[in-house]
Amino acid sequence: MASLTNRSKVVVNKKMTFWERLYLPAIFGGMAITLKHFFRKSNTVRYPEVKRPFSPVYRGLHVLKRDDKGAERCTACGLCAVACPAEAITMTAAERKKDEKHLYREEKYAAVYEINMLRCIFCGLCEEACPKEAIFLTDRLVPTELEREDFIYGKDKLVELLDQRIDVSKRQVKTYGEDLKI
Amino acid sequence: MVLEKTIFILIIFSITLLIATYLTYFERKVAAFLQDRLGPDRAGPFGILQPLADAGKMFFKEDFIPAESVKLLFILGPGIAMFTACMTGAVIPWGDQLQLFGRTIDLQIADVDIGILYVVGFVSIGVYGIMIGGWSSNNKYSLFGAIRAGSQMISYELAMGLSLIAIVMLTGSLSVREIVEQQAGVWNVFYQPLGFLIFFICALAECNRAPFDLPECETELIGGYHTEYSSMKLGFFLFAEYINMFISAAVIATVYFGGYHFPFMHSLGLSENVVSILGILVLFLKIFLFIFIFMWIRWTLPRFRYDQLMHLGWKILIPLAILNMVGTGGFILLSTKM
Repeated sequence: MASLTNRSKVVVNKKMTFWERLYLPAIFGGMAITLKHFFRKSNTVRYPEVKRPFSPVYRGLHVLKRDDKGAERCTACGLCAVACPAEAITMTAAERKKDEKHLYREEKYAAVYEINMLRCIFCGLCEEACPKEAIFLTDRLVPTELEREDFIYGKDKLVELLDQRIDVSKRQVKTYGEDLKI
Repeated sequence: MVLEKTIFILIIFSITLLIATYLTYFERKVAAFLQDRLGPDRAGPFGILQPLADAGKMFFKEDFIPAESVKLLFILGPGIAMFTACMTGAVIPWGDQLQLFGRTIDLQIADVDIGILYVVGFVSIGVYGIMIGGWSSNNKYSLFGAIRAGSQMISYELAMGLSLIAIVMLTGSLSVREIVEQQAGVWNVFYQPLGFLIFFICALAECNRAPFDLPECETELIGGYHTEYSSMKLGFFLFAEYINMFISAAVIATVYFGGYHFPFMHSLGLSENVVSILGILVLFLKIFLFIFIFMWIRWTLPRFRYDQLMHLGWKILIPLAILNMVGTGGFILLSTKM
């Protein structure tokens, strides 16, 4: 039967000739190949100085988005926590006070929102589950820490800063219509 | 006279250690380049301080001695390996004579009459360090590594000795200086190409370098004889391997490639001292060339299987070496008859 890939080779267990049994020609051939690589340009990327571009679908450190007025989008519905297969997300909901309208978009908000970055598998199901377009995975990396506690990221690390908005337009593949007013 | 020798020994000793230190860096760089990588480049410019960082790390690691080990032998093992590695360099002529302060200085620590035997002897004592270290660790992997080292050494020492006998027959002397002096015209490698090949393969095996690194082979034996070693004791074992490599390259260069001789060395019209110093440089150039070939082979060829190792040693190299020896004898007989 013809192979699909055209890469299969017929194996023949024929006796090796004297020349082949010497092995030396094969060894010199191998050494010629490695020597060729000796003069080739290295593929190494010197990481902290040179950074490779991330792909647009890269799933890295999460961000909790604010809307264009700067109010937090998250309403602490808990769908992300339910969707999370690694159970990395926990949150506590609270009711918005009258004078907090500029801080939170909806009447309910997350008083505590924590993601354990050691549990997180960066699958992106949380952003898929989110009905408010509040949580996104970005092309940032989770830095290393020395203590396990430091990997539990609270709102202080997750919510984007007002003056340092994080661009997630590459990940916004779906939109939920005008009523959301993103 | 004694002072002169002491200074010379100290110089050779420190050069050996320095070169062995930098061989670790060199090896990593060669490996990296052969694999399209960069290698260590963080410590200092081009990573030139990497060996210092490695050594510092080795010193600060926990020095662990297994509870069930034979403590004295466990400590003695790396010591023997290191000691024998350093001793072998004593009979190698690093250069011709130097005229300094009105004195003639031999650039050789000891011109022993039986220099070649001394080298072979010390190289084979070197395996005691591995054997003792591996056995006293009281670990099955270490023991396997030690046994492999022992049997490998026995198998390849024979072929090595036989190929050296052909050289001794040509030269008529066991003194290393004599062997070098005789190569002033034509290097031994042109008389003994087969002998050189056998010697080179055996030298790889004696240094426990890939593709003959069965005593330590990480994939099967988790490091073999030095599985239980840590800290500077492990460092000594690894360091001894690099010293051995340096010395082996030096022996190959002196016995087969004319030592400090280079073409037209006496027809350039330079003074004796300049020629001597050039000779030293040329010898080191040859040594580094062989070290590079050692590394090149290591990063090209995969490790032998154990039965292949024994097959190559006993069924191929030893018969070939005997054939080479007999052929050399016949050649000498014919050339003296005529």
